[in-house]
Amino acid sequence: MTQPGSAGAGTSSELYYRHTLPVRIMHWINVVCVAVLFMSGLNIFNAHPALNWGKSSYTGTEPVLEIGARMAGARVIGVTRVAGHEFETTGGLGAFYNDAGEAESRAFPSWLTVPSTQWLAMARRWHFFFAWLFLINGVAYVAYSLFSRHLGRDLAPTRQDWRSIGRSFIDHLRFKHPTGEEAKRYNVLQRLAYLAVIFVLLPLVILMGMAMSPWLDGVLPGWIDIVGGRQSARTIHFIAAWLLVAFVLIHVLEVIVSGLWNHLRSMITGRYRITVEAGHEQQR
Amino acid sequence: MNNSDKLTRRSLLLRALGAAGAVFLAGCERLSHTEWFPKILAAGEKASESVHHLIARKAMAQEFTPADLSPSFRSNGTAEPNNPVYAELAANGFGAYKLAVDGKVDKPAMFTMTELRALPERTQITRHDCVEGWSAIGKWKGVKLSAILDAVKPQPSARYVVFHCADPMEDDGTKPYYESIDMDDAYHAQTILAYELNDQPLPAANGAPIRLRVERQLGYKHAKYIMRIELVDSFAPIAGGKGGYWEDEGYEWYAGI
Repeated sequence: MTQPGSAGAGTSSELYYRHTLPVRIMHWINVVCVAVLFMSGLNIFNAHPALNWGKSSYTGTEPVLEIGARMAGARVIGVTRVAGHEFETTGGLGAFYNDAGEAESRAFPSWLTVPSTQWLAMARRWHFFFAWLFLINGVAYVAYSLFSRHLGRDLAPTRQDWRSIGRSFIDHLRFKHPTGEEAKRYNVLQRLAYLAVIFVLLPLVILMGMAMSPWLDGVLPGWIDIVGGRQSARTIHFIAAWLLVAFVLIHVLEVIVSGLWNHLRSMITGRYRITVEAGHEQQR
Repeated sequence: MNNSDKLTRRSLLLRALGAAGAVFLAGCERLSHTEWFPKILAAGEKASESVHHLIARKAMAQEFTPADLSPSFRSNGTAEPNNPVYAELAANGFGAYKLAVDGKVDKPAMFTMTELRALPERTQITRHDCVEGWSAIGKWKGVKLSAILDAVKPQPSARYVVFHCADPMEDDGTKPYYESIDMDDAYHAQTILAYELNDQPLPAANGAPIRLRVERQLGYKHAKYIMRIELVDSFAPIAGGKGGYWEDEGYEWYAGI
């Protein structure tokens, strides 16, 4: 390590070129797409705030999830029913009060939806435009990752990675992050999380979105029965979207605890600063 | 850098994130209300329409078994048209009802219910998907729209089939519901004017005496209470000019997604 940027006695640091330009561009396109798709999706959900399992919504069985409002005495309350259990969720889900004390009944709050008002036609426009952008961006990313060997080199776990999975798990729980040379590569849980999102969760959420299109259902009549039918597909689409949000929250948390500015810089300029302690350096 | 510096930076960051979120939301809100941005967004649905037609122009919608039927078929939109002419026809069991078919056709015609029932029919158990997100499965029997078109002989300039309905969408009895489909959908094997639902005469709540079934599109395309069918080369001169009541309210004309 004889790069400039020495950080004091016994340690040295280097700016390592971590993210290529295509990856950085596609990453930020994803940020916008996921935000718009999630929030416009919740607006669409609000038009019929119930999730069913099966080929139709009227099969004689109760919805898996239902968000609504009802009167409790003289007061409007928000209620969320999950698998037959009812919870009062006023202010969080179902019903909201403004500063003037007026009740508004809607499933997800306006600060979580695009547009903020209940406007199905506009939410669909946002959703389907960004769905195309997201799909094209995703296909471009997979093609680029295969072609540039980003996939094989940076994402596929090595044999050594598989062996270190237990230790990596404990390290994550203790918010202990690799330093030095080790920080140049993705750790095994990171690799598995990215692979699961890229090759399981994203194809699933896209496919279940397509399953809701009556026209696409006709391409191969009956194909959506594989998951139980159109309403099951809608339920899976909803769950997968929330799993993606969970991934994003964990991703952002990890970025913050393992060096926010360093990570932000590397996703903007590509350069990631690595600090190497003199002692450690020799072990590698 | 000590710990308290880090903490300040972190709270600063959280505030910055919050501010960015607020700017993002306000931006989305403002863009939704512009004239130009929703037009750009509409390119998404246009792209879907093109791709859908490319890969499955004539595909058939899924059909179901009697076991899949919804216990009762949900009525949506108008349940009883607020229209005296319709009310009188309904009171007499639609004995005096006549479906007018005109516009860009060589042989404009009127069809009584008896005449419609004598034309080639089709029975199908299909799923009705509402734009809101719910679905219901029903068994429909009706006259094939292609049979009606064959009888009236569309002119080559006819590009759309417009359905004029009896149900006014305003309380004062104005803004009758209407819808339109293209000739591909009009001649599709599953496109019927249904007069039966679940082996019973079509109830008023579901569009008596006849309603459109255009199975690969969302519920709002399935016009109820059809009084007149008009073939046109463009739907721009009709009502709001977008080809349907909900289309005039901002929904897409192509409702296959």
